[in-house]
Amino acid sequence: MRCNVFLQGIGAIGPGFDDWSQLAGMLSEATPFSGEETRPPTLQLLPPAERRRVGMLVKLALTSGAQAVAHAGSDAARLPTVFSASGGDGENCHVLCETLASSDRSISPTRFHNSVHNAASGYWSIATGSMASSTSLCAHDAGFAAGLLEAVTQVQATQQDCMLIACDDHYGGALGKARPIADRMAIALVLSATRNEHSLAELSIDLSDHPADEQAPLPALQKIYKGIPTARGLNLMSRLARNEAGAVYLDYLPPLSLSVQVKPLQVS
Amino acid sequence: MPAPQTQPLHLSGFTLSSCLGHGLTATRDALQAARTGLSSAPFETVDLPAFIGQVSGVDDVVLPADLSGFDCRNNRLGWLALQQDGFVEQVRAARARYGAQRVGVFLGTSTSGILQTEIGYRHLDASGHLPADFDYARTHNTYSIAAFVRQVFDLHGPAVAVSTACSSSAKVFGNAQRLIAAGLIDAAIVGGVDSLCLTTLYGFHSLQLLSTDLCRPYDAQRQGLSIGEAAAFALLERADANAAAGDDIMLAGVGESADAHHMSAPHPEGLGARLAMQGALTQAGWQTSDVDYINLHGTATPSNDAAEGKAVAGLFGNATPCSSTKGATGHTLGAAGGAEAVISALAMRHQFMPGGVNTQELDPTIPVNYLIANREAPVRRVLSNSFGFGGTNCSLALCRREAL
Repeated sequence: MRCNVFLQGIGAIGPGFDDWSQLAGMLSEATPFSGEETRPPTLQLLPPAERRRVGMLVKLALTSGAQAVAHAGSDAARLPTVFSASGGDGENCHVLCETLASSDRSISPTRFHNSVHNAASGYWSIATGSMASSTSLCAHDAGFAAGLLEAVTQVQATQQDCMLIACDDHYGGALGKARPIADRMAIALVLSATRNEHSLAELSIDLSDHPADEQAPLPALQKIYKGIPTARGLNLMSRLARNEAGAVYLDYLPPLSLSVQVKPLQVS
Repeated sequence: MPAPQTQPLHLSGFTLSSCLGHGLTATRDALQAARTGLSSAPFETVDLPAFIGQVSGVDDVVLPADLSGFDCRNNRLGWLALQQDGFVEQVRAARARYGAQRVGVFLGTSTSGILQTEIGYRHLDASGHLPADFDYARTHNTYSIAAFVRQVFDLHGPAVAVSTACSSSAKVFGNAQRLIAAGLIDAAIVGGVDSLCLTTLYGFHSLQLLSTDLCRPYDAQRQGLSIGEAAAFALLERADANAAAGDDIMLAGVGESADAHHMSAPHPEGLGARLAMQGALTQAGWQTSDVDYINLHGTATPSNDAAEGKAVAGLFGNATPCSSTKGATGHTLGAAGGAEAVISALAMRHQFMPGGVNTQELDPTIPVNYLIANREAPVRRVLSNSFGFGGTNCSLALCRREAL
């Protein structure tokens, strides 16, 4: 049973790119992949007191979300959201575990409330004033596809727009050794049930037995494609960057993949 | 009644294990006896003055060899709960009927198997590595419980963990509802598992939200929550999938909202809570007068109960009977929504409203009809509230089939 939605706006931050136009340039081979580490974004949202308290994952999620909302011309204050991440704020989790293993277990209240998996969702809602539904998902390495599936079925069920924000941070310390993540990354997609002048593409989604795409869209991206869960969305992003119709098979829960038929709607 | 906005789903199986006991009979007996499962017995190396809702027998669970990589307190608790009330057989029947790819798994948790990591951090080797047998993906990662349950039943359909703090295992009912409505699956295992760990005990202590006494929801003297652990599961199928009985328990609506206010304090007027309750009523096609009983979030922190009370009073007035069952179970965090959905189902099946235990003197500033004793009365439609850190709110509308 295919689910169809319209893609309205994109945000992206990751290794070598600060926004969608830079990622699209790389994916269409207009610019080379620099391989530079993800640059921490300068958070524009949130009051200064909150801004100082948030971790890197929240900065990435909120900044990519704001990019996608601006691109789509959406109203963030009314937009339901789906956050999907392999883990929360990685450094924060490491520090909490370290403190709890020490002789003084007094942990900071801010660290504790920042440790919830839905911290980015909470800060987004505070920053935008949105009281719309927001969820926070985890599917280990399958987070991009799991998040996209949830966002698409929300659009279908409610006939309202919905934004997916898939993002990953790396852990500090011992957790970072046990669960290496190649770099930080965030991809945000605003999805809609109806086509308008902002619509970039129509996406048609279904569960599939077809094996997930093994190869990154470009050989230079293979390391991050396999090394960051959110980067499993890069084949979809490549189709969009190249304005190219066709199917991608997103890594989901093997042998189950998520098939996405891409139909570009804008003349490049 | 206004028209419902969604197709109702049938809870064709459900079970709950908490500090009240293993399975539905033990849970019902404890609720009907107005007994709390909280105790001051120690947990692990925790040195806090707190009452805790510990599930008995979790340490003794031995997972089957092919699942041993998942071994941690959270998955042991999940395993223990799955064995109750014929739930395994119900899932197997659904799998046989629909196919392994047509049954989804959507489970809530806040801390997953983090206790394993907390203990591992005490045993780092000289180069700072966790012990060699530490299995990040199958214990610490938030998705672990969903991967575990998917593997227990050899299911091949969609799966995800929802981790929105204390609303997690209420929100999963919405995930299942949407994927069934989209025609991608025919049935889903929903619910949640959250187990005791140091992060939440010391974390709530750091926020001065952990009661040194038994938690007393909606009490004038309430001073915080008591943490518990629980595993709750329900099997959801389309309403017409099984032979119908009047006392079948149905999911009629799900309401979700955000507070847009503060990370660890609810909106003072309970605006987000009210939106979630209204959303569930709207989806179910109910008016407030249709609701017989509200299972409150009722954590017993001063701010939660005040805010939720304002939301309930604002929407329902002071007539609708309501209570929090967290005095009995403790606050089971990411499992609370699932646990309280099951408690709501028991209330409807056995026609009683569980009074809130531990509460002695009701807070006179909260104008709601809070029950401090059990009441035998017709219970056909229930609203169950779950709210969490980050300002996440979810309300479930559940009813007997005959009340659809």
